[in-house]
Parts: sequence; structure tokens; C-alpha cells
Amino acid sequence: MAVSEQSLTGNRGDGFSAIPADARPLAIEARGLVKSFDGTRAVDGVDISVPEGAIYGILGPNGAGKTTTLRMLLGIIDPDEGVRRVFGHDRPHDIGRLIGYLPEERGLYPAMKCVEAIAFMGALRGLPLKEGRKRAVELLERHGLGYAADRQIRQLSKGMAQTVQLLGTLVHQPRLVVLDEPFSGLDAINQGKLELMIRALADEGVTVIFSTHVIHHAERLCEGVAIIAGGKVPYAGSVEAARDRIPAQVRLETRAREGAWLAALPRDTRRNGDFFQFPLPETGVEPLLRQLIEGEAGILSLSIERAGLHDAFVAIAGEAAARQLEADAAEGRA
Amino acid sequence: MSIDLTIRPRLSALEAAWVIARRDFVAVLFSRAFLFFLLGPLFPVIVGGLAGAIGGEVQREAVSVEIGLAMSEADNAAMIEAGKRLTPQLGGALPSLREVPEAKGDPAFDARAFMEARRGNYAAILTGTLASPQLVGTEGQVRRWQGPVGLLAGHATSAEPTTFPEVASAVVTTSAAAERSSRIQTAQVAQMLLFLLTMLLAGMVLSNLVEEKANKIIEILAAAIPMDAVFMGKLFAMLAVSFVGIGVWGLAAYGFWTVGSDAITAASGFDIARLPAPAVGWPLFLALGVIYFAMAYLLLGALFLTIGAMANTVREVQTLSMPVTMMQLMVFFLAAYTIKQPGSGLELAAIVFPLSSPFAMLARAAMEPSLWTHALALAWQGLAVLALVKGGAVLFRKRVMKSGGAGRAPRNGGRRGWFARRTSGTAEPAE
Repeated sequence: MAVSEQSLTGNRGDGFSAIPADARPLAIEARGLVKSFDGTRAVDGVDISVPEGAIYGILGPNGAGKTTTLRMLLGIIDPDEGVRRVFGHDRPHDIGRLIGYLPEERGLYPAMKCVEAIAFMGALRGLPLKEGRKRAVELLERHGLGYAADRQIRQLSKGMAQTVQLLGTLVHQPRLVVLDEPFSGLDAINQGKLELMIRALADEGVTVIFSTHVIHHAERLCEGVAIIAGGKVPYAGSVEAARDRIPAQVRLETRAREGAWLAALPRDTRRNGDFFQFPLPETGVEPLLRQLIEGEAGILSLSIERAGLHDAFVAIAGEAAARQLEADAAEGRA
Repeated sequence: MSIDLTIRPRLSALEAAWVIARRDFVAVLFSRAFLFFLLGPLFPVIVGGLAGAIGGEVQREAVSVEIGLAMSEADNAAMIEAGKRLTPQLGGALPSLREVPEAKGDPAFDARAFMEARRGNYAAILTGTLASPQLVGTEGQVRRWQGPVGLLAGHATSAEPTTFPEVASAVVTTSAAAERSSRIQTAQVAQMLLFLLTMLLAGMVLSNLVEEKANKIIEILAAAIPMDAVFMGKLFAMLAVSFVGIGVWGLAAYGFWTVGSDAITAASGFDIARLPAPAVGWPLFLALGVIYFAMAYLLLGALFLTIGAMANTVREVQTLSMPVTMMQLMVFFLAAYTIKQPGSGLELAAIVFPLSSPFAMLARAAMEPSLWTHALALAWQGLAVLALVKGGAVLFRKRVMKSGGAGRAPRNGGRRGWFARRTSGTAEPAE
């Protein structure tokens, strides 16, 4: 399996993440993780390196092995093969105090009050119950749920319960936050709020790793990403480097439809309505522009568009995985 | 920036278990289901108590406790006649009087031997004459009936007595053989009580993990703390809950006993005051009873927790209940069977087999005064609890969570889990 480990240069303005990723110690390091269920390889030799302070996405369609990978990283299950280290420890439970985890399938005790639920989750990570209650009230207030502090979980809406669980994940102020499909089930407003929370955590130097099947979340938030499909990770590295794998696309609109100038266009040019589309030539666009002008093509517009993460995903994981990813995202929105 | 691990980076296994135990204990204790659970066994007791009280009231008016008469035929008749005369005024304060058939026409009748052989069903036997009666019985019974018997003897002598004869007493002392035989009774009662309590309470553990699995909380627990700490916490929470249950039932039973011990004795034929003292003495026996209950509960509970953890729904738990109940019965029968075979290989097997060990050892406490065997048995049972919890957690991780066996290297010279050193210092530098 080819794994690229390009420098994950920070893309945010804070001090820590501005340090080149390869100069930072690793929060998570996994080598050759393998996990089979009933003879089927759910995860097949995954390698991941996440520097401290990074926002890191694990991007892939449903069933690709994202959750299994996260569960192995957290020590919920042990892999059949391979090793993982969290802050240098191969037993994540040994540093449970430093980790916060939001599982994909949200779970809270329905009869518990919000404050108690958050404090209990903190207590599981070593936070004294009294301090946990105090912080829970503060967190609920800060996120506009102060009025629900003494309500039972069963009395909350799904979105509110999800927020409470997320606050429970953060109450003990972890240094690593692992979120499994955190955006699923949230409306656009709450997704926006969650994005802000993730950015705020990273600004405080917290490492955030989340799985998603929505490319936009990964593209907007992450400095590093692992693309996973069929249990394998064909790419792990910076988002920038992934996008750089695909040449920029040139979009050209001309007045003339035919002419000798057509021969000047690259061989893999596609006609898309009134536009021509082709990868940016290695020589740049200037020689081409000269030929088009000389050939009187009548240039109406010309734009160079950098490839997005979606294009990179298609190129790296294949069309089929990309289609499934889009279908999953559409299902999530529905 | 590097991560500061000078703060304690994890909970110890016991601390983690405590977090789980505290949550579960409070959640169960304040649930409506627990209230019904508590009240459940009280309903038959209340109904039985009421029925017993009504029946006992009638009984108390008619007959209270029987004193056997083994005097001359004329004296016996006079005593019975006096009893009939005084009962309307004194009612339950007087014993019921009945001639001992075995003493009739037998001048050599030995009341003491008769009592020691535990023949008949008399509280005591009255011998001698009306002028100098003698009451033969256990110390408690003699003390209880000496006065009323003197009163009856006085009225049997004269319709309007001015003096009452002194009632001599002969306290029955049991022989070593009779003592052993009588202690079997205590052992049986104790075993039965232990069995009923574990049967009633340990079943709660079966469905214990279903809630976590149904609510998807198990993932959060498993991510935060080791699975054996989850198991241990749940087990001890349910043990604490069961102590609350026993406390409530014990108080209720004490209340009923205080209010209507005569009626209960009359209705059930069981008098706890007449239960022979256990070999280790009552205080120690009661303490051992509590400890062995805890051990029986933890052992059975650990097994149930593992079995129950494999179930996904309450229905599956219900299906599992039957074989589990059968197993409980078999364990009890094994221990009960060995009561009358002290020192036999079978008794040793019942003591060694962890699940029957608390039952067999409690019976032993009733019969044998030595204490070192209890220390040994408790250590053994404690080890078995740890092994079962550890095994259950491993099984849960393998079968339910489908965990593999790689991902980490041995540390601390191979010591892991409960015996491992707590991680204390800074993280190893990441490569």
C-alpha cells in the first residue's frame, strides 16, 4: 500500500499548527492495522500519522473501515495485526484522561439529567464528579443549553442530545478528540456550530480526528486527510498535497466553434457545452493563448481552476468509491 | 509543544470500577423497577403475615405453646382442669397442656432423655407432683413457663389457692451427637436463606449490560476504561443494591417478627429462637453469612454478567434465565447434599468448586468451629471472582466487540490489567 506522508503544514493562524507537521510530535501513529470480521477484512493494512494539534479527517464511504480504524486507534478493539500508538502509548486506555471520543452511534442514559450525563462522561476520563458538574453547567450555558441542564436526556431533541454528548466528550479537556461521523444527523446550522467548535479546539492545540463521508467538511476543516476505501488507505497526507495530485483544469470559452486553432488544444480536451475543458498543460497557458489568438478563436473567457478534494478523491479512490461517497452524503442530507 | 502527562493520565482499574458502580447503584436504586422489585417478595410475606396474624390470634386464644404433662393421671387431669378454668381470664399467657402419651403408666419415664432425643413437640415437660412440680426443658422455655406453670399447679391443688408451689427446673443439656444433629438444622436454614437471596438478587445482573448495549453507551465505556473495570463496577453496584434489598427485607422481617412472632411461630411451626446455635457462634456466623452471600453473589453475578453480556435484547436475557436458574439449583443441591457428609470427598468438591463454595462453607460454619478454613475459602473464592470477571471481560471483547489480539507489546514484565503498575510518567517520545 502506497502511503504518502507529505508535510502537513498548518493552514490556520495559531502558533502550534503553524509549525510544519513533520516537525511536530505525533498524536496518533498507526502501522499496518488489519482487522477482519467473520473472515472479511474490514481494515486492511492501514497506516496513519496524525501530528499533534492537527485537524485530521478520515474520508471514505460507509463501510470503508473508518469506524473500525477509529475503534482500533482508541483501543476499543485490538487489531488482528499491526500497531497503533496514541501520544506514544500503544495502550490508549493508559492515557484515557487525554482522549475524548464521540462514537458514531450516539448513546446516553435516557434517565440521566444533562449535567449528570456530561459529568459522568468526564468521570470516566478521571474528572472528579463535582468538577465535572461545574464544568457541565458552564459548557451547557456557553452552548445555549443552560436551560436544559436539569432535564433528562429522554426529554431532549436529537440535536440537543447530540450536543450534550459532544460536551461530555470535551468536559475533561482532552488533548485528542476523536469524532466518528460527527456531522451526521445535524442540520446545517448545527453543522456550522460544530465546525466552529472543531476549529476552536484546534486553536487551543487539541488534536482533532474525525471520520466523514462528506468531502466538504474534510476540505474545509482538515489539514491532513486519510482517504479510505475498501479497508485500505490509498492516500494519507495533507489536503493540499492530495489536491496537487490532480493538475488544475483550464476552462475556455470561444466565439468561434471551428478552425485550425482547435489543433492547438491538448489531446484530452473535453467539450462541455460552450466550454472546452482540459488539464493545465505543463508549459502553462501562454503558448496556447498565443496560438488561439493567432488562429482567431475569439477567446471569450479563460479560467484556471485548481482541483478540489473531490477530484483528488476520484483520482485516488476511484469512480466507484466516489459515487458511493456522494450517495452516502446525499442519504445523510435526506 | 508536547503533551504534559504529569497529571494522572488514567484512572486505576478500581477507580474506573467505582465510577461505573456509583452510576449503576444510583440509577438502579432510584428506578421505579427497583421499588417493585423490593416490594415483590414483601407481598406474599404481607399476605402470609396477615393470614398468620388472624390464624395466630385464634390460635393464641385457643392454644399457645404446648407443655407436656408427665405427672400422675390425677395430677395431669387437675392441671388440665385448672388450665381450662384460667384460660378465659389469662388466654395466651398460659401454655396449652397435654398429657404425654409415652409417659402414661410408665413410672420410669425419663423426661430429660425424652426431650434430648427431641421427641414430641413440647416446649417443656412437667413432671413431679402438684406440690413439687418440675419443669424439664431448654433454659429459655423453662424460664418462660415456670411462673404460669406454678400458677396452674396452685389452682390445680385448690380452687382458691393462697400459696403456689415452687416449680423446680431441669434444663436439658444436649449431647455432642445431638448438638451436631441439631446444628444441621441451622446449616440447612442458612443455606436455604443464602440460596433464596442469591437466586432472587443475582438474576438482576443478567440484564445489566443490555441497557448499555441498547443505548449504545457501551462504546463510550469501552473507549474510556478497560472492560474488566466495567464488569467489576457493574457487579459491585448490583451487590450494593442487593444489600439494600436485604436490608429492606430484613427490616420488614424484623418488624413482622417483633409484632407477631407468636403468630408466625404458630402458623409456620418455625421458631427462630429455637434454632440451635452455630458452631462458630451467632455473631461470627452472621458475619460469615454476609461475606458468603457477597461471594456467592459475586461469583454467580460474574457468570451471569458474562452470559447476559452476550445477549442483545431483554427477550434473549429471558431465554437465558431458565438454564441459569437450573444451574443455580444444581449448585445449591450439591452444597445441600454435602451437609450430612462432613469431611467427605463430595463436601471437599463442593467447597473447591467456586460456585458452590460459599454455600458449603456457610454450612460448615454452622457445624465446625474452626476458622482458618474460612480464610482459605474466602481467598479462593475471591480469586475465582477475579478470574471470572477477567474471563468475562475478555470473552465480551472477543465475542461481542470482536477485538483482535495485536496492537500492543507486553509491558511491565508481562503484568497486565489489575496487577499492572499505574502509568505514571511522561509518554514515550513518538517516533
